[in-house]
Amino acid sequence: MIELKGVTRRFGDAVAVDDIDLTIETGEVCVLVGSSGCGKSTTLRMINRLLPSTSGEILVDGEDINKVDPEALRLNMGYAIQSTGLFPHWTVARNIGVVPNLLKWPARKRDERVNELLILLGLDPATDAIKYPHQLSGGQAQRVGVARALAGDPNILLMDEPFGALDAITRENLQQEMLRIQRQLNKTTVFVTHDIDEALKLATRIAVMDQGRIIQHDTPEAILRRPASAFVENLIGKGDRGLKLLALRTVGELMEGHSQPREPEPGADGLNEADSLRFALSVMVWENTLQLPVYNGAGEEVGTVKREHLLQGGA
Amino acid sequence: MRVWLTPVVWIASLCALAAWLPTMTPLFSWVQPGTDNLIYNRDSFYVLLQSHIWLVLASATIGTLVAVSAGIFATRPAGRDFLPLVSQIASIGQTVPPVALLALAVPVMGFGEKPTLFALVLYGLLPILRNTLTGLNGINPAVLESAKGMGMSSAQVLLKVELPLAGRVILAGIRTSVTINIATAAIGSTIGARTLGDPVIAGLVNGNTAYVLQGAILIGLLALATDSLFEAIERTWARAFAV
Repeated sequence: MIELKGVTRRFGDAVAVDDIDLTIETGEVCVLVGSSGCGKSTTLRMINRLLPSTSGEILVDGEDINKVDPEALRLNMGYAIQSTGLFPHWTVARNIGVVPNLLKWPARKRDERVNELLILLGLDPATDAIKYPHQLSGGQAQRVGVARALAGDPNILLMDEPFGALDAITRENLQQEMLRIQRQLNKTTVFVTHDIDEALKLATRIAVMDQGRIIQHDTPEAILRRPASAFVENLIGKGDRGLKLLALRTVGELMEGHSQPREPEPGADGLNEADSLRFALSVMVWENTLQLPVYNGAGEEVGTVKREHLLQGGA
Repeated sequence: MRVWLTPVVWIASLCALAAWLPTMTPLFSWVQPGTDNLIYNRDSFYVLLQSHIWLVLASATIGTLVAVSAGIFATRPAGRDFLPLVSQIASIGQTVPPVALLALAVPVMGFGEKPTLFALVLYGLLPILRNTLTGLNGINPAVLESAKGMGMSSAQVLLKVELPLAGRVILAGIRTSVTINIATAAIGSTIGARTLGDPVIAGLVNGNTAYVLQGAILIGLLALATDSLFEAIERTWARAFAV
């Protein structure tokens, strides 16, 4: 658990972070979202003491971070940034192994960990491990950056717009991977982004920041339904709020389940349990149909979802 | 291993020439007809070469240690305030001609090897210092930020990240410094240091072109050999760190 109590950071006369209180529960993904210069990165960098706070207290699992040795503190916090900051003179494997090395893990344990992470992030242990950062594509480099942040098995993960510089398709892919990895590992994560869609997609709770203050701190659904101010309303985009709400829930939650999984009808088109309601609606509009079958991961038909339900109960 | 071939060839030919020059009387009598003393003989070429190399090596070692430490200091948070001063010194120093530095050293330190060494150290410092600053300041700030964010201590960041990344630029500075100092050391002969400049100075004073040639050829070969040695070191470094 990370607690920020009355944390302020000034740069000269300018106040970058203004007396914020924020509690991030263990295992949750807290996304700090806001326009550039709102203090979200500054907040993140105060948590691992890359920046000292001017006043206030930051506690990690109840312990004041200023009472912990900064290196020891950071070794327990994975850190990934937009520009990756991979060490250009080291191979991918050595880059990922940096924290295990600093923690003085035995070489075998470290190598196994590096392999495990390469696989977890969809990289090839045989060919990609021996590459140098300049030989990687932007998406691959970012995957290595995330793998490096995870390598020491930290309790906390700090990510500063890690996918900000990637093209839309690669970003979408990496967000999916993030969700998958998070379901597997359950790290307490603080994620900074300016992209509200990314925030809605990844967050357990979102903290909307503006001019150094936290305007609203709530679940994605609550933020969409009850924006605290005109600023938040603007940020989430009034027009497609309904669609964004639909995007938060999966088909599995709304479908009428069959009592028993059925064999799918041959050639029938349908949805997957994990698809979002937004996706379901889009398919229905495109195919001009009133209901669609829902399949589980094994390809069995487990239920149906109706358009009227979507429109009534979805948002 | 092939990168080391060129420097080995140059060094071998330097040694061979130092040994064979005294037997080349016919060649030099063609250059300087009508003189009996065709081969410089106050010292053997080997002794001169040795003393020349020693001067350059000693000055390069001291210069590197001082300049690299100064460069590291000026790029640490504690020394940041000195960075403008240090880089100014580094660039102004380059404009002082080496001969002037030698002449200034004599009244303070007398004649001989000592003032030459002093001048060589001072003059050789500057390219190394400049390149150390360039190398350390040229590292992508994101790399340093993430190194620190990963939990490296300042010393680990310096040794594992900064120096390996800046190393090639620093090495290039040492190369420039050593090459300049091989030439400058020769001028040390004018203030009584024993170097390969001795035959050149003696030849100029006595109007003996053969002497001048012998000194000049050996100095040139030494510079070439050293330069190709550095070339090989730089390539090996680049291969080791892939930068």
